[in-house]
Amino acid sequence: MTALAARPAGEGGPRTDVRTLLVLALALALALWMASEIEMNMFMAFVAWVLIAVRTIFHENAWVTRATVVGLLIWALVLPLAHDSGGAFIEDATLALAYAVMALGLNIIVGFAGLLDLGYVAFYALGALTSGWFMSGFFVNAGGGEGFSLLVGEPASTLPGVHLNFLLVLIIAVGVTTIAGMLIGLPTLRLRGDYIAIVTLAFGEIVGRIVINGDQIKIAGEKVTNGRQGITPIDKIDLPFLEPFQSLELRPWYFVALALVLFVLFVNFRLRDSRLGRAWIALREDEVAAASMGVPLVKTKLLAYGTGAAFGGMSGVFLGSYLNTVNADQFQFSFSIFVLAMVILGGLGSIEGVMLGAIVLTFINFNFIPDVFNDYPSKIGLDFDLTELSFGIFGFLLVIMMIIRPEGLIPERRRQLELKEGIGVGDTELGTSETMFEAKA
Amino acid sequence: MEASSEAPRVPVRTNTWDRIRTYVGEYGLIALLLVMPVVYGIQDLSDDGSLARLGNNVVDGLSNGAIWALVALGYTLVYGIIELINFAHGEVFMIGSLVSAGFFGTIGLTAATGTGGLVAGLFLTLLLAMLASGMLNVMIERVGYRPLRAAPKLAPLITAVGFSFILQNVGVLWIGGSPEGIPDLIKAQKEVVDIAGVSISRGDVLAVAATIPLVFLLVGFINQSRLGKAMRATAQDPEAARLMGINVDTTISATFLLGGIMAGAAGLIYALYQTTIWFFQGFQAGLIAFTAAVMGGIGNLWGAVLGGFIIGIIQQISDNRIGGEWTPAIVFAYLVLIMVFRPQGLLGEETREAG
Repeated sequence: MTALAARPAGEGGPRTDVRTLLVLALALALALWMASEIEMNMFMAFVAWVLIAVRTIFHENAWVTRATVVGLLIWALVLPLAHDSGGAFIEDATLALAYAVMALGLNIIVGFAGLLDLGYVAFYALGALTSGWFMSGFFVNAGGGEGFSLLVGEPASTLPGVHLNFLLVLIIAVGVTTIAGMLIGLPTLRLRGDYIAIVTLAFGEIVGRIVINGDQIKIAGEKVTNGRQGITPIDKIDLPFLEPFQSLELRPWYFVALALVLFVLFVNFRLRDSRLGRAWIALREDEVAAASMGVPLVKTKLLAYGTGAAFGGMSGVFLGSYLNTVNADQFQFSFSIFVLAMVILGGLGSIEGVMLGAIVLTFINFNFIPDVFNDYPSKIGLDFDLTELSFGIFGFLLVIMMIIRPEGLIPERRRQLELKEGIGVGDTELGTSETMFEAKA
Repeated sequence: MEASSEAPRVPVRTNTWDRIRTYVGEYGLIALLLVMPVVYGIQDLSDDGSLARLGNNVVDGLSNGAIWALVALGYTLVYGIIELINFAHGEVFMIGSLVSAGFFGTIGLTAATGTGGLVAGLFLTLLLAMLASGMLNVMIERVGYRPLRAAPKLAPLITAVGFSFILQNVGVLWIGGSPEGIPDLIKAQKEVVDIAGVSISRGDVLAVAATIPLVFLLVGFINQSRLGKAMRATAQDPEAARLMGINVDTTISATFLLGGIMAGAAGLIYALYQTTIWFFQGFQAGLIAFTAAVMGGIGNLWGAVLGGFIIGIIQQISDNRIGGEWTPAIVFAYLVLIMVFRPQGLLGEETREAG
């Protein structure tokens, strides 16, 4: 046992063992390389690394934790100011935040309650559709062809169609998706495990089909969707006291996405530590035991579906407006897997991990695969387009993560214990279980 | 004992609602399955005065269903033994198609090849496709599922989804992203016989004639052979099977091999029947076949076959009457309804998972 290694984590000293330092050094190199590839400000990348390094080394100190949380918040607020407002980095960062909202929602269903949902794209679709219905010229006949608008400024208020304020649409979408989530949850109540996955997948596909063929369905003389054409354009976000958003000025979009993420994070943390959150975790660990301890199964499961779905809907509305289109191609099964991969990569049930997973995978998908790695196959003499294979890469990631590190990059402690049941009882963060045995010996 | 037998018998109170629920559970699914054929049968009778159109749908449905039945057998075998939905199974089937189509080219089978050469060539292709898909399935089990046997249920399911995506991309690399036409070796559309307006094509004959012997072989193998006995024992209780000297890992591998073999055969038949192959065919087929397996009662071999034929017919009627773009939604709607009202399927018994 060297002096550097193996200070038992429980005693609260700074973590300065060789392994942690190595990981941090590697993280710095990776962060700087990634930053240079995605046109990120190097200084901001370095600051982020410093914050995380401090948090990792002094992980037991509550004050350091609080300070780093505040630091990260300020960092996230300053981040767009350090970049070009119309640049690629902010564009992808905003997307990453919107996907993080979805990943956090799925995390409630899969991570907290342990109900594998393979049809999460349904909620994204419903949220986006809500924005398509109420923030565009889709209902041409609304208000006798004059259009109907509520709390929106020019030019949306003068156009035909229904134009509601973004916040109102957000609330409507939350309502719609919560109900949809519970409806989808209902048939799975009697089922367990794999069957839930398949039923949710089936629902996801049914919703996707309805979006694609929605131009054939007429309710009260109006089409449900525009089918393969998609609904476009969607109104820009129009918040009170602010100028309407522009498609080339991305900073305001980033801040709205950040606000959504912060709200969802707050709800997530509060829920996790609440009675309901504990009920979800009990359900995940052992349904029968949970039921016999008085956890109401039906209510708990439905609330998990409803809450998770609501976040998907929120993100859907934002993405509808941000991407300016609601298109059937967005709502394919592979998107559900994309979001699931974020949750798995970060660590099932771990809120910090899921945030990280969402950010990393968004940049991999929208930046690294199309821009950075795409020349590599041709360099080694292979002839294919890497973008076609992005979902194969995610599939590979899922397999590798499950086999090598099923608890994810930033594991949730309780989940890690579940996975290693019986061994390594105690602090198992960052694989210190061996160190702990050493310390005992 | 005596006290209990002397106790006054409490009459079992059955109210109407309970009885209705029992009936729905018992016959609801069958009624649901009959809706589409009956409605369209009546419509045909009033429109044309004959059932020829429905008959054609049923014939095409049966031959499609034969393919789904073979794929569904793989789901049901694997689920029966380790209670895992082998999500990558549809892709194993797709690889079977791709291997077959590739091998046609290699050995020079074209639409002009003579009958003798064609039969020999197709037999070789069948063996190769079965071997390729079977080994692929075994490999997936070895890499993706075996290390996770002690892990929570979620873990192998996630690796299965991962493998499904990996194999789809193998398909993309192999034949590209769009559907590829292949030579129509058996002239699948050529009519063999016409019974009262219902035409049976060569493709239909091939699909059913190839499937039925395979199913009988498989069922015979599971029921008669030593390995089949080991499989049934492992399915019942892996621990006890191990104590009885059965090598559980080998048995599970053999189950995956058998499932893969069936999928490979289905892949070849699909390629011959549809004369188009696509990297995405496996995903759709996988879900349809899974629905078939669940409909028949997962874990039940004959159930999977029955479910395959039923789903094939439903799918064909829906393709022909409602429109192909709605078929997946209809199949999935059936899947959800089965899950809600009769998760044990038509022939299955109640299981822990679906009870």
